[in-house]
Amino acid sequence: MGEFQLFPVQASTLAPEVDHLLYFLLAVTVFFTLLIFGAIFYFAIRYRRRSEKELPHVVHGGYTLEILWSVIPFGLTMVMFTWGASVFFTGARPPDNAMQIYAVGKQWMWKLEHMEGVREINELHVPVGRPVRITMASEDVIHSFYVPAFRTKQDVVPGRYTTTWFTPTKVGRYHLFCAEYCGTRHSGMIGWVYVMEPRDYEDWLGGGTGGGSLAENGKLLFQQLACSNCHKDDNSGRCPTLVGLFGKDVQLSGGGKVKADEAYLRESILQPQAKIVAGYEPVMPTFTGLVNEDQVVQLVEYVKSLGPKPSAQAAGAPAAKK
Amino acid sequence: MADHARAETLALRVQFDTAEQQKDASTLGMWIFLITEIMFFGGMFAAYTVYRTWYPTVFAVASTSLNAPIGAANTCILLFSSFTMVMAVRAGQLGRQRMIVFFLVLTLLFGFAFLGVKAVEWKEKFDEHHIPGQAEFHLEGLPATQQATAQLFFSLYFAMTGLHAAHMVVGAGILIFLIVHARKGRYSADYYTPVDVAGLYWHFVDIIWIFLFPLLYLIDRHLGK
Amino acid sequence: MITTAVQEREHYLNASYGLKSWLLTKDHKRIGLLYLATITLFFFLGGAFATLIRVELLTPQGDLVSSETYNKLFTMHAVAMIFFFMIPSIPAVLGNFFLPIMIGARDLAFPKINLLSWYLLVIGGLFSLFAMIAGGVDTGWTFYTPYSTAYSNSWVIATALGIFIAGFSSILTGLNFVVTVHTMRAPGMTWFRMPLFVWSNYATSLIQILGTPVLAVTIVLVFVERVFHLGIFDPARGGDPVLFQHLFWFYSHPAVYIMVLPAMGVISELISTYSRKPVFGYHFVAFSSLAIAVLGFLVWGHHLFVSGQSLYAGLVFSFLSYFVAIPSAIKVFNWTATLYKGSITYHTPMLYAFGFIGLFTIGGLTGLFLAALGIDVHVTDTYFVVAHFHYIMVGGTIMAYLGGMHYWWPKMTGRMYPEGWARLSALVIFLGFNLTFFPQFILGYLGMPRRYHAYPEEFQVLNVLSTAGASVLAVGYLMPMIYFIWSLRYGKIAPANPWGATGLEWKTSSPPPLHNFDGTPVVTHGAYDYTTVMGEEIEVG
Repeated sequence: MGEFQLFPVQASTLAPEVDHLLYFLLAVTVFFTLLIFGAIFYFAIRYRRRSEKELPHVVHGGYTLEILWSVIPFGLTMVMFTWGASVFFTGARPPDNAMQIYAVGKQWMWKLEHMEGVREINELHVPVGRPVRITMASEDVIHSFYVPAFRTKQDVVPGRYTTTWFTPTKVGRYHLFCAEYCGTRHSGMIGWVYVMEPRDYEDWLGGGTGGGSLAENGKLLFQQLACSNCHKDDNSGRCPTLVGLFGKDVQLSGGGKVKADEAYLRESILQPQAKIVAGYEPVMPTFTGLVNEDQVVQLVEYVKSLGPKPSAQAAGAPAAKK
Repeated sequence: MADHARAETLALRVQFDTAEQQKDASTLGMWIFLITEIMFFGGMFAAYTVYRTWYPTVFAVASTSLNAPIGAANTCILLFSSFTMVMAVRAGQLGRQRMIVFFLVLTLLFGFAFLGVKAVEWKEKFDEHHIPGQAEFHLEGLPATQQATAQLFFSLYFAMTGLHAAHMVVGAGILIFLIVHARKGRYSADYYTPVDVAGLYWHFVDIIWIFLFPLLYLIDRHLGK
Repeated sequence: MITTAVQEREHYLNASYGLKSWLLTKDHKRIGLLYLATITLFFFLGGAFATLIRVELLTPQGDLVSSETYNKLFTMHAVAMIFFFMIPSIPAVLGNFFLPIMIGARDLAFPKINLLSWYLLVIGGLFSLFAMIAGGVDTGWTFYTPYSTAYSNSWVIATALGIFIAGFSSILTGLNFVVTVHTMRAPGMTWFRMPLFVWSNYATSLIQILGTPVLAVTIVLVFVERVFHLGIFDPARGGDPVLFQHLFWFYSHPAVYIMVLPAMGVISELISTYSRKPVFGYHFVAFSSLAIAVLGFLVWGHHLFVSGQSLYAGLVFSFLSYFVAIPSAIKVFNWTATLYKGSITYHTPMLYAFGFIGLFTIGGLTGLFLAALGIDVHVTDTYFVVAHFHYIMVGGTIMAYLGGMHYWWPKMTGRMYPEGWARLSALVIFLGFNLTFFPQFILGYLGMPRRYHAYPEEFQVLNVLSTAGASVLAVGYLMPMIYFIWSLRYGKIAPANPWGATGLEWKTSSPPPLHNFDGTPVVTHGAYDYTTVMGEEIEVG
C-alpha cells in the first residue's frame, strides 16, 4: 500500500487559494451538520413519547424563524459564490508572461510539446515558479487535463482549443490524470508532471530531441504544404499575408471582426471558409485530414512567430487581457 | 353511479364521479402531453438555433436546395387536414355520427397525402446525394470545405422532419382508431372527448410543421441557387 | 397467501386471483406492487454490479476484471439504479399506491395509462437487460458524445432505447399524477389540506413532464448519429459535443430532484406521524418542493464548469445553483423544528427519517462545494462527486424509500413487519453507508478521478475502507428483503391505523378495499390534525 494521506499537496499558486475556500466551506458544513445532528438527538430524547395518550401542543410555523433560516443560509451561500467565482477567474486567466505548452489528448495518452520542439508523452517537465499555459486539443473523444496538486482541471474537447494554466511552487513529481471518461483505458491515461529547478529544466530541455522548435517545424510544414504560394510575406498573394497577424483584429467579409488568436488560426487552417478576410475570395482548401493536431500546433506557432514581437503579442492575446 | 345506464352511455369510468370530471381529466391530460411534446421538439429547436447561429451562410445555402413549392403545398395539405379535424370535432358536438366518420376519413387522407409528399421529398434528397454520413454527399453551391457543415443542416433536416413524420404516423393510427369506433356509434353529443383530444394532438403536430417549414425551407430564399 | 381464514373481508388483494388479474389490472394499488417487484429486481441487479465494482477497487492494480468489464460495470450499475430503480422508486411504488388514496380518489385519472407505464418500464428494462446480457455498454450513464456516437463498440443503442422507453413510463406517470391531483381530489380536500407527500409528488411530476422529453430527444439524436450517421454532435462536421452535455444535463440535473423530491415528501409524513405533530411551516415545506422543481431547471450548467463552456455561463450557473440551497435548507430546518416539543417514538420509519435528514444534510452541504466554481474545478469528475450524489441518492432517497416502505407496509399488505429486525437493519444501513461513502469525499479531494479501473497506490487505504463499508451496506439491504417476505405470512395482522397517523390512507382498512374507500370520504381538516385521530379521551399536554 502506498503512503496514506488525507490532504493533497499544494504545488501551485492556485492550490492554497482553493484550499482556503475549502476550509471555509468545511467550517460551514461541520457547523450545520453538528447543529442538525445535535438538534435531532436532543429533541428525540428530550421529547420522546412518555404515554400513548400524549398529544403535543400544536406549534404552527413562525415567519420569523422561516425568514431567519432562509436569509442566513442565503447570505452564506453568496459568500461562497463570490469567493468561488474569484478563485475560478484567477484560475481561468493565464498571466501575460506565461510560457506556452501544447497538449494533445488521444485515446489513451497525453502528447505534450514545448515551444522549443521537445516532445513528451505522458510526462510534462516544467520549471518551478514560472506560469505555464497549456493549450489543448483532442484527436478523438473528450478528455480532461487534471493535476490534483495544482487544483486545475480542464476538459479537452474535439473540434476546439481549450486552455488551462498554473504556476508550480514546489519541486517534485505530481500526478497527471485524465478526468473525463474516455473509453477502455481511461484509467491508464495518466502521467507525471515534473516540476524542476529552472536550471535543471534548461538542462533537460537542452538534452531533448533536437528536432527544431515548433515554429521552425511549422515553417517547414508551411513550405511543404505550399501555403507560401498564396500567403506571401509582402501581401502580394491571393491570400492575406500572415506577417504581423497574430493578436490583431481581422476584418471579415460580410462585416464583423475577429481577434486572430490560436483558436482562429486553427479554425482557418481546418475550416478556411468559416471566416473570410474582407477583400479576399474563399479559395483556400481545407486541411482537415491533411494535418493532425500536432501539425496544426506547429503551423499556429509559425504564424505566431511571424506576428508582432512577443511583448506586443502577449498584450494582444485574448486570454491575457485584464 | 346512481344512474347506471346513463353512466354506461357516457362511458363514465369507475374512478370518476361525473362525466364533467372525466372530460376535464382527459382534456387536461392531453394538454399536459402536448407540453411534453413541446419540450421534446424543443431540444431539437435548441440544436437548430445553435448551429444556425454558428453557420448562417451554410444554412442559408443548404436551405435553398430544399423544394420550397412542394413544402408550401404540403403545408397547405396539413392546414386543410386541421380544418377537417375541426369539422370532425364540430360534428361530434352536434352528435352527427356519419359526419364524424366522414371528416375523420378526410383528415386521414390529407395526413397520408402529407406523408406521401414527404416521402417524395426524401427520395429527392437521396437522388441528389444530400444524405449526411454518405461518402458521396455533395451540396452544389458550397465549396468543398463546407460540405461537412452542410451535412449538419441535413442532419437537422432529417431529424426534425423525420420526428414530425413519426408523429403524423402516430396521429394516423389514432384517426383509424377513432374511425373504427365512430362507425360503431360510440361518440355522441354527450361523449365525444376522444375526438376532441385527438383533435388537440393533430393541431399540435400541424403547428410543429408551421415552425419547421420556414426554419428549414425559407432561410434567405432571396440568395437563390 | 396474505389472506388467511381470519380475514374474510374483501380487499384489493383477494378481489380476484390469477396471473391475468395482476398483469391486466387497472388498480393503482396492484400496479404499485408490480412496480415494487420490478424495481426490486433492478435494485439487486444494480447492487450486484456495485459489489463487483467495490471488490475490484480493493486493490489498485485493477486485477479482478479487465478495464473493459469494469467500464461496463459502472455504466450498468448507474443505468439499472438510476433509470430502473431510483426514478420509479418512490413515485411509481409508493406514489402510485398512496397518492390517490391520500386525496380520497378511487384510482388515478387514467388507470389504463398507469398500467401502460408499468409495461413501458418493463419493456425498457428488458431492452437494457438484453444489452447487459449481450455484452454490456461502456459509455457511462452520461453517454457523452463523441465517445457514445462514434467510438464505443458496446451495446449503446439497445441501452439507449431501453432508457428512451422507460422515459415514457416516467412521463406518463407524471402526467397521470398531475391530472389526478388537479381533478380527482375528494370533497373538502383543498390544495392546502393535501399531505406533503402529495405536494412533493406533484412537484416531481412537473419535472418528469418537462424534463424527460428533452432526454428522449437527446437519445434520439444520439441514436440517429450512431445508426444513420447523421452528425448533430459530430465535431468533424462542425457539431458540438458540448451541446449534447447541455441537452443531457437539462434533463439529468432535474432528474436528481425527480429522485429526491418524493423522498422529501415521505420524510414529511414520517416526521409528523412519529412526533404526532403537524409539520412545522407546512406552507413553506409545500412551496419549497415547487421551488426546487423550478430552480432545478435553471442550474444544469454547473455540470459543465470545466467543459469549455463560457466562463460567464459558469458564473451564472454557479450563482443560480446556490438558490437551490434555500428551499432545501427550509425543509431540513422545518423537519427538525417539527420534532421540537413533539411526542417522539423510535419506530423503524422514524429511524430512517433521522438517517435521511442527517445524510441529506451532509449531501446537500457538500453540494455547496461543487457549486463553488473554484472548488468544483478541482473536485468535479472525482470521487468527491461520487460521494456527494450517493449521499443524496442512497443516503437520501433510498433511506426515505425504505422508511416509507416500512411505514406503509402494514397498509399495503395487512401485515406488520418485525420491529426489532427492522430497527437493526436501519442501523446497519446507516453505518454501512457512511463507511462506504465518507472515505470517498477524502479520496475525491485527494484527486482520485471517478471511473478509474486502476488507481495510484496511495489511494488504497480509503478504497479498502469504502469496500468494507459496502459489504456492511449489502447485508443491511438484504435484511428488509428477507423479513418483508417473511412478514407476508408470519407478520402480525395490521390494524387500520397502527401508527396513529392522520392521512386518509389510515382511515380505510388494511389492506384497502378495491376502490380504496367504502364511500367517498369528505375532508374537513387539514393534513396532520392529530386531534381527529386521538379522539376526546386524550389529554392535551
